[in-house]
Amino acid sequence: MPPACRLSGAEIARAAPTSSRPALAALAVIAVALPRPAHAMHLADGILPFGWAALWSVVAAAGVAVGLARLRRRVSDDRRVRPLVALVAALVFVLSCMPIPVPLVGTCSHPCGTGIAALLVGPWLTILVTVAALLLQALFLAHGGFTTLGADVVSMGIAGAFVGWGTFHALRRAGAPLGVSAFAAGLLSDWATYAVTSLELATALHGARPLGVTALTIFAAFLPTQIPLGVLEGLLAAGALSFLQRRRPDLLVRAGVVAAEDPA
Amino acid sequence: MIAHVAPLLTMVTSAAAAAAERWPGVDETVVERVAVAAGRTPWTVPFAPEGDALLFAFLIAGLVGGFVLGYTYRALFSPPAQPGEERRP
Repeated sequence: MPPACRLSGAEIARAAPTSSRPALAALAVIAVALPRPAHAMHLADGILPFGWAALWSVVAAAGVAVGLARLRRRVSDDRRVRPLVALVAALVFVLSCMPIPVPLVGTCSHPCGTGIAALLVGPWLTILVTVAALLLQALFLAHGGFTTLGADVVSMGIAGAFVGWGTFHALRRAGAPLGVSAFAAGLLSDWATYAVTSLELATALHGARPLGVTALTIFAAFLPTQIPLGVLEGLLAAGALSFLQRRRPDLLVRAGVVAAEDPA
Repeated sequence: MIAHVAPLLTMVTSAAAAAAERWPGVDETVVERVAVAAGRTPWTVPFAPEGDALLFAFLIAGLVGGFVLGYTYRALFSPPAQPGEERRP
């Protein structure tokens, strides 16, 4: 049994050699300030080399600039756009930080919500809500990175939004019902997000391997988890549009989702 | 005593490790594997929450997101109140 210590912690601290205190303080600061290993659903910091991260950030910044101009114009035209954009932003934020278990595979992933967002506010404003959602997640939830924010915005906010929006309008022009078009938009926007994420990873990290093979291999690895999640996103999009069709058809008309004379 | 505690500790820690490995995200099963194979190491900023603080952060994020969703839903979908009556939920 060790001998009883007769000194309190404060007394021991006072008796400690003072010359080591700055060194200890410096070590503590370094330990807190050092980057730590990360696990995040979106691309984390450090995954992409600086050059690629910068390139995707420039692409995302161009989309943000157009999105801001569109937002100003739409808000000045119709003040009810604000609560709709806020609702969509909250929806994208909540959906894209929600890890959903896929029992068949035993893994988790998150829906993106940018397909639904693109249908409700258009693809350009979806870029803005994606930036807001991803920035908040990187700041407060250790969910995605700052250096990779541009790459995440390009995959989720640009590719996901434009594929969802394009799919929906192409199917509607071909005469598909509203629910079917919305389902396909949600499904394909999710898969497009992960296809572009695969491309982002492959372009930066393929090394000596062929780019196409690397991108397809990464995308194939995503698929077991993302196939069911894509279906879930499709169902969410179809449900949201059917709900709006019943409760606020005028919102769908103003969003350009349906024509005024073509309610279904 | 150590002979009794050590196997129990091993069992508990391995169960905890197994629990931590269950339901990994695609960030671990796909992205991290690709990154590590290419010599990249994902990192996070020093002020990022960890452990139960991360659970707390996610809970607060869910609450705030839910509040904004509810508030804007009400603004968009509730009929405006008539003079002299309460706004319907």
